[in-house]
Amino acid sequence: MNFRYMVPILYVLATPLMGGLMMGLDRKITARMQGRVGPPLVQPFYDVIKLWGKEPFISSRMQPILATGYLVFVLTGLTLLALKADLLHILFTLTLADICLIVSAYNSESPYSNLGGRRELLAMLSYEPIMVLTAMSIQIVTGSFLVSGIFSYGTPLLLVMPAAFIVQILVLIIDMKKSPYDVSGSGHAHQELVRGVYTEFSGYTMALVELGHWIKTVFILSLICLFWAHNLLFGAVLALALWFLAILADNIYPRLTWKSMLRTTWLTGFTLILANFVVLIVLEVI
Amino acid sequence: MKARLKSLWVLHYDGGSCNGCDIEILAALTPKFDVERFGIVNIGDPKQADVLLVTGPANHRNQRVLRNLYDQMPEPKMVIAVGTCACTGGVFHNCPNVLGGIDKVIPVDVYVPGCAARPEQIIDGVVLAMEKLAGKAPEEEE
Repeated sequence: MNFRYMVPILYVLATPLMGGLMMGLDRKITARMQGRVGPPLVQPFYDVIKLWGKEPFISSRMQPILATGYLVFVLTGLTLLALKADLLHILFTLTLADICLIVSAYNSESPYSNLGGRRELLAMLSYEPIMVLTAMSIQIVTGSFLVSGIFSYGTPLLLVMPAAFIVQILVLIIDMKKSPYDVSGSGHAHQELVRGVYTEFSGYTMALVELGHWIKTVFILSLICLFWAHNLLFGAVLALALWFLAILADNIYPRLTWKSMLRTTWLTGFTLILANFVVLIVLEVI
Repeated sequence: MKARLKSLWVLHYDGGSCNGCDIEILAALTPKFDVERFGIVNIGDPKQADVLLVTGPANHRNQRVLRNLYDQMPEPKMVIAVGTCACTGGVFHNCPNVLGGIDKVIPVDVYVPGCAARPEQIIDGVVLAMEKLAGKAPEEEE
């Protein structure tokens, strides 16, 4: 076996485990913030194993295929990232995964599921442009869309584009489905749209989607790690700090409407990234 | 299956109770009782729920809704009647619009009496349901 591929393979295999533990830690931290004891760290694994063993209610023939597609495309994106491939490829694979989820939500008569799918589209409309703009800034700074280009670039990206780093918290909040931007699929106890985009999933299809969601969270955190690619351990610390801030925001803010989500992400997000860009041009870094 | 006992997702349906029992159910989720310690969470989706907690008596209006919710829940599932009204109809038992306890409409696994049922009792009821679930596999139902 070629040693060059050992680290990427190990990373991809370890991600579901990491994702589950992080989800458990998330619930534990949330509970502590609310003055509760909270569930055990491995609670998300119990949930998924239980869901896997339950009787599935399949609402359409496409549903299991699309739920599997969500997981497969997230895993594909993760593999591309582990192989240090093209950033745009990685982002568009992630989009494909989301599209699977949305089509699956549309693929039933349920109005809750439909509305959840529509809101998930709006969530994508909010955070995808931020990610693509960040990728474009990275391309202009490092001269390459390749992830390996970030590794070979002289200085850590955080020092060059701090504003773009801060904006990633919006991406993280929307992806983790946390308040204030958990409009599409609410977690426990927020039941405005029943379960939004997840309403029609049950049994093993829900387990697949849940697994995909864990991996996607770790995936986005890994992308944030790239802001300090020279020492990935420090990059991970940075990503976890943003992750903690997202949990803090979840416990502080009530849910906002999709309009304010679009307004914040587009106005604040785009402005910060572009301002970062203008400053770089003025300082003649690029 | 150990995971099934460690992760109970509860669907709460209020079939016209006075809200006394509903407040007690929500009290079980607060820091003092914190049922999430045991993996119990309140979920709004019948397709993902394991336990149906019903408060209030069954009447001509809500029996269709109750039956519908029960049918939408995948096996293995449990039904807990919380409060005297859900168990027998309570003070409403002889009202013309009331059928009686919810067991007139759907099969009930655990009865939690009380007006209103205390959070400790409700948690006790859920634990009883867990014990019953431990000996219950999805195949046995069919």
